[in-house]
Amino acid sequence: MSIVFDRPHALADKPLHYCPGCTHGIIHRLIAEVIDELGIEGITVGVSPVGCTYNNYEYFNCDMVQAAHGRAPAVATGLRRSLPDNVVFTYQGDGDLAAIGTAEIVHAATRGERITTVFVNNAIYGMTSGQMAPTSLIGQVTTTTPFGRKPELHGYPVRVCELLSTLEGAAYIERTAVNNVKNIRKAKAAIKKAFELQMSGAGFTLVEVLSTCPTNWGMNPVRSLEWLEKNMMEHYPLGVYKDVTASAAAE
Amino acid sequence: MGEKLLMKGNEVIAEAALRAGCRHYFGYPITPQTEVAHYMSRKMEELGGTFVQAESELAAINMVYGAASAGKRVMTSSSSPGISLKQEGISYSACAELPMVIVDIVRCGPGLGGILPAQCDYFQIVKGGGHGDYNLIVFAPSSVQELYELVVHAFNVADTYRNPVVILGDGYLGQMMEAVEFRDTEPVEHIDKPWATVGTHMKREHNVITSIYIEADVLEAHNNRLQEKYRSIQKNETMVEEYNCEGADVIVTAYGTVARIVKNVIKDAASEGIKVGLIRPVTLWPFPSASFVKYADTPKGFLTVEMSAGQMVEDVRLAVNGRNSVEFYGRTGGNVPEQKVILQKVRDIASRV
Repeated sequence: MSIVFDRPHALADKPLHYCPGCTHGIIHRLIAEVIDELGIEGITVGVSPVGCTYNNYEYFNCDMVQAAHGRAPAVATGLRRSLPDNVVFTYQGDGDLAAIGTAEIVHAATRGERITTVFVNNAIYGMTSGQMAPTSLIGQVTTTTPFGRKPELHGYPVRVCELLSTLEGAAYIERTAVNNVKNIRKAKAAIKKAFELQMSGAGFTLVEVLSTCPTNWGMNPVRSLEWLEKNMMEHYPLGVYKDVTASAAAE
Repeated sequence: MGEKLLMKGNEVIAEAALRAGCRHYFGYPITPQTEVAHYMSRKMEELGGTFVQAESELAAINMVYGAASAGKRVMTSSSSPGISLKQEGISYSACAELPMVIVDIVRCGPGLGGILPAQCDYFQIVKGGGHGDYNLIVFAPSSVQELYELVVHAFNVADTYRNPVVILGDGYLGQMMEAVEFRDTEPVEHIDKPWATVGTHMKREHNVITSIYIEADVLEAHNNRLQEKYRSIQKNETMVEEYNCEGADVIVTAYGTVARIVKNVIKDAASEGIKVGLIRPVTLWPFPSASFVKYADTPKGFLTVEMSAGQMVEDVRLAVNGRNSVEFYGRTGGNVPEQKVILQKVRDIASRV
């Protein structure tokens, strides 16, 4: 009997520590599948963030570097500039990337660093137990917005893809989601394209993945996916925000 | 020795790093060390190395973290307020055991302070401005020639011990021009880095660079191993200049350019019949405590002179351990300890019965 479905080689054979219904596991798998398909496990170096996935270096079989909160794009810059023939990716959450690490991601994109960032947006701080994230929605109840996020008190949720797509150094920016099979397949295609563009030297690439956090949202996994579809997708529309290959083709 | 040139300290730092095989530099402009970046930006482009002007000191030290993870000889330079910002990355690098050279050309503080020279970063560099139990190896050159030699040495020591190394110089050292004689070939040690994250190339298990150990016993074991390493550094890497200390009436302690002022005082005092010795720590960590233990009972008293409100003097007092008096004279705000004031303090100590 032939095997038609197996664990990607780049994904370690270890049980994940994430909560039930969390989508980090799916996203890890997509990255590992892309690494396998491109045959780049041996030359890939990943950068782990601070947050629920601080130790995702346990789950990827490629070389891994753990970074301080928000600094993954700077660490990746140091790696990529030192290893011109390698592939470097960062894996970052919304607090890591869009709050404490805003300067690092903006300037990595500005410089056109040839790295790929997988940006997991679940609109909340997971590991520290459910505080407001820069991407939390208006009205969203968190442990630091107990009466809901109010613009006059807490400001507005930041749209990272829209922001970064204005920068010339950004080669590919797409927002995806992992709420259903169709979107999961699209997310994988986006991650693959981002890695390929990094390898061709096109510039900075980022794939945002809308994700759920059933534990801190206080919902079961199914209800969480519905909340993502009804609320997050409205504020964070899916799609390609920047693609230098498309604009080159149009010319 | 080879070519002899008149060069500014900051440029010598950059040149020495290049000679030591450093091809990766990440920095952010801040007075009075920015000439390091000027020199590096030109040379790295010519040599095909990496120069990145980062968006902040935070980013710069984390770029260093990345390049060091890849096993490269890498350097950053800054000055006091910038070093405060780098402290996060320095603590992480010490824990992750990443070799790197960090240059701090110290200016006066606290706060934004001023841009004039000072030695007020002793605490934040030698005692660790970052969190956790760690030590940096700290060199304190007192001339441009010594600056050159210690920068080259620093890269070897960093690689040997997998530890961040700091060159701590006051603003004078960075800004002044002095003759420097370069060696024809540098004593560069090539140390294997099998731990570096350069890609597995499908030939080994993956390497991981990390500074997080969630389990108490695992983190304690890591700390114990670090402490063992620090003890071996203390044993093997301490450097000190003991000058004129045998039978001295007074022993003065100073590091960096202040030690040069003290040498003038030693001449002045000798003409008055007072024998003054100098203990000049070349490594501030490991601190040369043994020299103080050796001479603790020799003089009528010790005097520590710094361009600070009194920082290294704490380590001098710990080393002397109550066996003798340790007095302090310091200036702040960018002012320099005056030769005549040091001489008067020496006379006062020497005149004790």
